[in-house]
Amino acid sequence: MAIEVRIPTILRTYTGGEKAVDADGSTLTALIDSLEANHPGIKDRLVEDKGNGIELRRFVNVYINDEDVRFIGSLEATLADGDQVVILPAVAGGAR
Amino acid sequence: MPGSGIGRNTLDRVLQIDQATYDAIVEHARRDHPVEACGMVVGPIGTDRPERFIEMVNAAGSPTFYEYDSTDLLQLYRDMDDRDEEPVVIYHSHTATEAYPSVTDINLAGEPGAHYVLVSTQAHGNNDGPVEFRSYRIIDGTVTEEEVTIVDAVAPSEESS
Repeated sequence: MAIEVRIPTILRTYTGGEKAVDADGSTLTALIDSLEANHPGIKDRLVEDKGNGIELRRFVNVYINDEDVRFIGSLEATLADGDQVVILPAVAGGAR
Repeated sequence: MPGSGIGRNTLDRVLQIDQATYDAIVEHARRDHPVEACGMVVGPIGTDRPERFIEMVNAAGSPTFYEYDSTDLLQLYRDMDDRDEEPVVIYHSHTATEAYPSVTDINLAGEPGAHYVLVSTQAHGNNDGPVEFRSYRIIDGTVTEEEVTIVDAVAPSEESS
């Protein structure tokens, strides 16, 4: 099973400069673990501890086939062979 | 005065921007005041040339925070991909404080190659009058101010013919 994951510029230090890498997993959590196995350190940039588990970092956007995963189960979102995953850091900020 | 030199230490990078784009950023900031305005100027990868001005909607609709809508964000990056472009300028306004990156701005800066432009509308709000327009690069939590040079038009790309 191969799922293409598009990596944003700021995370390409973990992928040897690659803009896209293959990973696998039937959920987003599994996919992130698969990314971590090949690109150590990347997981911590995507998720953070929350209670007894983890959750997607607030200012990281992940899309599965163009859908923001926050609307389709977040880390529990399901994946199938051939799906396309895009990771983008939020563009955000402000005076507060 | 803008560009007073704070943090201008190791990098002598300059933001070169054309007058029309500069004016468009200022106009957007004034129009959206007191809400923070945000957007990008993108250009061909590797050229550092701000060529295509893109106003974005501040999905936070806040006077102290901005964030692109997640769907708009994906569309923006897809368009850039299709056109072989990258973010050259990432701008937003501060509406009650100076045009200097806040802790939030620094923590959330996700494009190490971009010029982060801040415009402050605190002096004149929606009205005409000078605005603070300053540019920075933000890398790994370090802010470095850079000079802003306004030109009539950014020199054409030097492509071998």
